Amino acid sequence: MADDMLKSENLPQNPERATLEGRNKFMGFWFFLGGETVLFASLFGTYLALKNSNAQGPSAEEIFGLELVFIMTIVLLTSSLTSVYAMYHMKNNDFKKMQLWIGITVLLGLIFLGFEIYEFYHYVHGYEFGYTTSAFSSAFYTLVGFHGAHVAFGLGWFLSLMIRNSKRGINLYNAPKFYIASLYWHFIDVVWVFIFTVVYLMGKVG
Amino acid sequence: MADNTNSTSEKQQFYRKKHKEEMKHHVLTFVMMIAFTLIAFGLVMADVSAMFTIPIILIMAAVQVAFQLYYFMHLNQEGHEMPALMIYSGIFAAFLTILALTTIVWW
Amino acid sequence: MSTTARKAGFGSVLWDYLTTVDHKKIAILYLIGGFFFFILGGLEAMLIRIQLIVPDNDFLSAQFYNEVLTMHGTTMIFLAAMPLLFALMNIAVPLQIGARDVAFPFVNSLGFWLFFFGGVMLNVSWFVTGAPDAGWTSYAPLSIFSEGHGVDFYSIGLQIAGFGTLMAGINFIVTIVNMRAPGMTYMRMPLFTWTTLIASVLILFAFPALTVGLFQLTFDRLFGANFFNPELGGNAIIWEHLFWIFGHPEVYILILPAFGVFSEVIPTFAKKRLFGYSSMVFATVLIAFFGFMVWAHHMFTVGLGPIANSIFAVATMAIAVPTGIKIFNWLFTLWGGSIRLTSPMVFALGFIPTFTIGGMTGVMLASAAADYQYHDSYFVVAHFHYVIVGGTVLGIFAGLIYWWPKMFGTLLNEKLNHWFFWLFFIGFHLTFFFQHFLGLMGMPRRYWVFGEGQGLDTFNFISTIGAFLMAVGTIVFVYNMVMTQVKGKKVSGDPWDARTLEWAIPSPPPFYNFKQLPLVRGLDPLWIEKTEGNGKMQPAEPLGDIHMPNNSFVPFVMSLGLFIAGFGVMFQGSYWFLAAIGFGLFFGSMIYRSFKDDLGYHIHKEDLEDEKGDGSNG
Repeated sequence: MADDMLKSENLPQNPERATLEGRNKFMGFWFFLGGETVLFASLFGTYLALKNSNAQGPSAEEIFGLELVFIMTIVLLTSSLTSVYAMYHMKNNDFKKMQLWIGITVLLGLIFLGFEIYEFYHYVHGYEFGYTTSAFSSAFYTLVGFHGAHVAFGLGWFLSLMIRNSKRGINLYNAPKFYIASLYWHFIDVVWVFIFTVVYLMGKVG
Repeated sequence: MADNTNSTSEKQQFYRKKHKEEMKHHVLTFVMMIAFTLIAFGLVMADVSAMFTIPIILIMAAVQVAFQLYYFMHLNQEGHEMPALMIYSGIFAAFLTILALTTIVWW
Repeated sequence: MSTTARKAGFGSVLWDYLTTVDHKKIAILYLIGGFFFFILGGLEAMLIRIQLIVPDNDFLSAQFYNEVLTMHGTTMIFLAAMPLLFALMNIAVPLQIGARDVAFPFVNSLGFWLFFFGGVMLNVSWFVTGAPDAGWTSYAPLSIFSEGHGVDFYSIGLQIAGFGTLMAGINFIVTIVNMRAPGMTYMRMPLFTWTTLIASVLILFAFPALTVGLFQLTFDRLFGANFFNPELGGNAIIWEHLFWIFGHPEVYILILPAFGVFSEVIPTFAKKRLFGYSSMVFATVLIAFFGFMVWAHHMFTVGLGPIANSIFAVATMAIAVPTGIKIFNWLFTLWGGSIRLTSPMVFALGFIPTFTIGGMTGVMLASAAADYQYHDSYFVVAHFHYVIVGGTVLGIFAGLIYWWPKMFGTLLNEKLNHWFFWLFFIGFHLTFFFQHFLGLMGMPRRYWVFGEGQGLDTFNFISTIGAFLMAVGTIVFVYNMVMTQVKGKKVSGDPWDARTLEWAIPSPPPFYNFKQLPLVRGLDPLWIEKTEGNGKMQPAEPLGDIHMPNNSFVPFVMSLGLFIAGFGVMFQGSYWFLAAIGFGLFFGSMIYRSFKDDLGYHIHKEDLEDEKGDGSNG
């Protein structure tokens, strides 16, 4: 039976939920995302409580530039679609195409992360807006940084899955792993939708 | 046995077709998400009054998230009842948290 | 597997437990860990009571008193009560729903080791720069200005333990949702399983708020963030909110499983099915739902305004309704039953009036206007000890005695258990009943001395005497546990003549639990088979190979990694290399885990046929 798990022929419909282990992972990960919702809500709540507490430091309106955020948003949204493509090919048992689309997703994630690092660098050196400048700066960096850390973790996750499984196809053992990694990636995107709306756009509107 | 393999390949073709149709929906969803994003950024850049902009962009964010959850993450498919329940419970707890931290802290 | 390991030497037994992913062994680990910290927290409580035995005592210094007081609360909540409940959940829940293990055996083990290293981290503080001294709530800005590294140990230690709890919670939800035996519908689940499910859901949604709060505290103290620093725009109320958004559901996380234990014990020893099963389930869900909307009743005196205070007061009082439903259901279960006064039952009977008193003072505290009088007085101390000791701790002991045969295959000495109960119970009421009056007389909580001539002497003296009685009772219980294991007299699979699935298999169960998954025909499945069938569970599947998970040492290494990293983050400077080592171990373990397939192994049908564990009672 253990051998069946690693075979990639004749995969059932929804291979990610075909075994008990798969269903457990699937459920457990969704529940984890429910918990993550509260985690980010606490960070958002803190940010909203402190967003005008910039003390003597720069305010949201002064530092945020929408062009960069717009590009980051498009990049991350697109990476969400590319990971949907990856799952589409997983369900069709097309391993090569799945790897390709995950690769594109990772690339887009890296671009996003690069922009974010550039953005933070720019704030710190261009505006003297450091982590310890004000309560607003601490809340901003913590919220956006938590999201960035999630992105970085997601990249590591995708990469290790790609490398580990590069020599074999999709099977009942790794299909749930790919699937929940893509769920995680979508969740990162969900959080970003609120970050660009609540932090950047609302910060600009005032 | 031969009969069996024949039916599975038929099944597979059916599924492939189904997946393809789903994928079309996904692309459509994506286009709408991009459109929402454009509108949101456009509203803010065009300096429309805050009273009008903030509720609109928040609603559009909520709709985008619903798209992500229901289409990209397949919350609309069967077997997702418990995940949906837990996500909604999480949203409920999240809502209370944000409400409290934006209203009943000292200013 | 387990039998060969037991015959082998100490080293291999130790290795077996360090690497185990078996929920029954993890239950034992939680029991040992939890009980160790329970004793530690108890010693701290004794120090507090000795200090307060006479006015103006100088047994402890003020600073040391603060540390002891903080560690007593933190230890008892996070390191004693929760793990002891996890011990009961681990031993009972998979067996009650007819599963061979939990959904994520690896994560189960990881959850335990994270709790363990988090607890060790907290207690290392005693030897390094002093323990945390800002109270178990660690309110900012007091916690920000606390000197030394005590509060850092608090924030990082609890962070690590909290991750473990979160994982354990998710694990139980998935286990209960996905792994029930054929026929075990939601409305046939034993109440303990139900309360575990609901408590785990509360963990899932409450702990992330604590995670964020602790991160903010850590960043403020160690990295110069300004969340709680008013000089640069910070706001200390954010901590209070986040702490109680976690903290109030936390008290339901503690009490609901205890309710579950009593809902198992009372029907078993009253020989009647639980009165109002569905209303019990409904009440549990309702308590959890309300549990998220009442946290600000801890903050009535903060100054949130009359509207917020009123809303939270009303919501808090509303919780009394489902709780009252539960109390009445237990009473009606007892009504007309043929009651056996075994020790778990005696604990249950002691719980009902005690908890009712605690609930009553809870409603008193819930009225915001009156709370300005009670706030931060010994009245509050009396209240929460009545619900936590009178509810959770009595529940833990009842459950421990009740499921002891399932864990170890032996039965605790009933006579000593009764002694334990009476010493503990009388001691408890002596200790805390009079604290109500101390509070109403104006004695504030957390003060290291009280003055002479304030009329507080007598009640404080009685309170300390009561604490000593509780300590003696606990010693009796520890003696009982040790002696029972030394004698090692084995009992049958169903020593209590009980009603639920876990009693249908031998004590202790074989490591695969059920040779064949049982077919559940209704609520109290074993009782149904006893009254309508031949007393044995009918199998729901033919005998076949059983898939089992592999043991793993990775959870231990991962937790150790975070433990080491914690010190690096805390002391910084030349200690950063510790963080590098720790996080290296942590992420390295993760990568190792993803690169090595863990497919488990199979027990073959032929081997199963030779073994006992055929589902018979004995």
